[in-house]
Amino acid sequence: MTKIKELNKSTRNNIITLGIILVFYVLCQILIAAGVMSNLMQGLLVPLCYYSILAVSLNLTVGILGELSLGHAGFMCIGAFTGAFFTRCTEDSIPNVFIRYTIAVLIGAIFAALFGGLIGVVVLRLRGDYLAIVTLAFGEIVKNIINALYIGIDEKGFHISLQDASNLKMAEGGDIIVNGAKGITGTSRDTTFTIAILLLILVYVIIVNLINSRSGRAIMAIRDNRIAAESVGIDITRFKLLAFTISAAMAGVAGVLYSHNISSLVATPKNFGYNMSIMILVFVVLGGVGNIRGSIIAAVILTLLPEYLRFLADYRMLIYAIVLIVMMIFNWNPACITWRKNHSFKDILQSVFKNKKEEAKASGKEEA
Amino acid sequence: MKKMKKVLSLLVVSSMVVASFAACGTKNSSDTFTIGGIGPVTGDAAVYGQSVKNGAELAVKEINDAGGINGTQITFKFEDDMADGEKAVNAYNTLKDAGMQMLMGTVTSGACASVMEETNVDGMFQLTPSASSTDVLKNGNVYQVCFTDPNQGIASAQYIASKGIASKVAIIYDSSDIYSSGIETAFKQEAANQGLEIVAEEAFTADSNSDFSVQLQKAKDAGAELVFLPIYYSQATLILSQAAAIDFKPIFLGCDGLDGILTVENFDKSLAEGVVLLTPFAAESTDEKTVNFVKAYQAAYSNETPNQFAADAYDAIYIIKAAAEKGSVKADMSIEDIGTAMKDAIQQISYDGLTGTQMTWAATGEVNKQPRVFKIEGGKYVTAE
Repeated sequence: MTKIKELNKSTRNNIITLGIILVFYVLCQILIAAGVMSNLMQGLLVPLCYYSILAVSLNLTVGILGELSLGHAGFMCIGAFTGAFFTRCTEDSIPNVFIRYTIAVLIGAIFAALFGGLIGVVVLRLRGDYLAIVTLAFGEIVKNIINALYIGIDEKGFHISLQDASNLKMAEGGDIIVNGAKGITGTSRDTTFTIAILLLILVYVIIVNLINSRSGRAIMAIRDNRIAAESVGIDITRFKLLAFTISAAMAGVAGVLYSHNISSLVATPKNFGYNMSIMILVFVVLGGVGNIRGSIIAAVILTLLPEYLRFLADYRMLIYAIVLIVMMIFNWNPACITWRKNHSFKDILQSVFKNKKEEAKASGKEEA
Repeated sequence: MKKMKKVLSLLVVSSMVVASFAACGTKNSSDTFTIGGIGPVTGDAAVYGQSVKNGAELAVKEINDAGGINGTQITFKFEDDMADGEKAVNAYNTLKDAGMQMLMGTVTSGACASVMEETNVDGMFQLTPSASSTDVLKNGNVYQVCFTDPNQGIASAQYIASKGIASKVAIIYDSSDIYSSGIETAFKQEAANQGLEIVAEEAFTADSNSDFSVQLQKAKDAGAELVFLPIYYSQATLILSQAAAIDFKPIFLGCDGLDGILTVENFDKSLAEGVVLLTPFAAESTDEKTVNFVKAYQAAYSNETPNQFAADAYDAIYIIKAAAEKGSVKADMSIEDIGTAMKDAIQQISYDGLTGTQMTWAATGEVNKQPRVFKIEGGKYVTAE
């Protein structure tokens, strides 16, 4: 107990967050082993992880870097498609799932980072909300290009077309991997809960280390006061680019998890569109801008909520929206924050214990 | 003291978590069949999901009133998937927790392609009313009530060629939609075989589906005599009114997605005059089965006219009944046993329904039935020659 207290505040916070993730993991494994976990919850475990990764990665851009990205689903989309494409191509040549999956995750991350970097190089030099505008457009472009993209493979190699499947001119026995609007089907479902949790922890550790490093302090300095940061010789574009690229890469990792959890991968406005980007932003804002643990918790709650509201049938999405608004107000309205401080559960518990302690002391004195 | 507090709060939290994750324990009692349905009842495709839900519930009610399947009553549960694969899997798991034994779903092809992997693992019987993509046939565990997309494209091309109604054809389709692009690809191939000339092939996407003046102008300039619309009716109404605005009057031909075009509010129905559509079901049809169904549907759902999706779902429930009776399936059998028995049985039955007569199924899951061609005349569907 005392040892934990001696650590500095951020380290203690990180240990607590990692502890929560691990306890959650162990608890879920026990429940699965005991056979009491519902099918719904078992199916949701992996989505919880990739939504958490998305929330954490966007928090790096929004909370730490202080820029707004409205195209995070686009990076996820790139990660999902490149990762799934790799797996579909190499299912026979690399039978070892572990190696194949690791490479797929790396490819997804690298491609997402590449596009993040490309956008960042141009946009992050500017001041103002240009990143939001450009990423918003980027997300839509990615989705539309993938919907028009046909890639097939036969013994002669890859065939690419932007028209339709018959334009690929494939030889007999060729395999169409990316089939336009039908996307990629039949990716082997390699994502397991364990892998997803490990990746979540990895992403968390990377981000926390980045925040507490020299680069992280430079990034936060840029966020807080750009002119002051510039005056002490911080290379603004370089550090902005660093943070944004890492953030994009992590969204790519989440995409790989997504595409290996679902057998038919299609880019629809629902899963990789503007709404999804906003959803991720909602995770971040509800959990607290710059608060990594908060965004994980918000992602988990907001993913579970619509599923557990299913009993409301037609009113489900209506109630979901109301609950979301109430949660936002409860979390961030100044009046609510004061009220919460005055009526905190911790204080009540403390005062109860204190009273007991005093009573015990008093009774001890009387006996004496 | 602090330690105790932490232990206490951890206990409270973990017990809450356990309570929320654990199955609710409402397992199916073995004296009824539990059939699950999945489809979008919120979001863009909500019209189709709602129709499927209504059609299926109507059929379940009728069957239960008539004594059920071999004397066993049916419980029907429907969950929303917002036409999204991920949500559809969640809906499937929810239904499984509620004791589902057979699945009538999903409504849309993309969601179906995700759910079919789950039913394949569980051995659950799956009959989809309206997921028409060939992707859902890949595992051989999904049975369809509707035609596959390529079949609709081929049938359309053959119809045009055999009746000789046009030789220069333009296509306007939604390249971001599986249904639309699936029909379009097959239509184009068959059109080449039939000697039809495709003079314009214009695509739009879900993000740009309100202005079709460019596509229509191109089709007009190319001298198209017929415009093929393998799309849904909401966009088709826009195309028809925008074509009228530029005085472009070809023959319009569509597939089952166009069914429902006469029910669109604020749409000038005279624009739809002469539209030809290949659809298995038309509410205006005069055969006895359809008339009775439309009457019952309107009585149950505040005078709403059923569309093809409702009819598909209605048929789907009766097909499940027919197959379950043929295979003498019992409600207390395991999900896998029901699945195997149903798969054997459905290949042996021949079913006469609203959406086709003498429907039979191949082992792949594909349905075998005859397409019907309707023409809109005087604000009504009439059977075309």
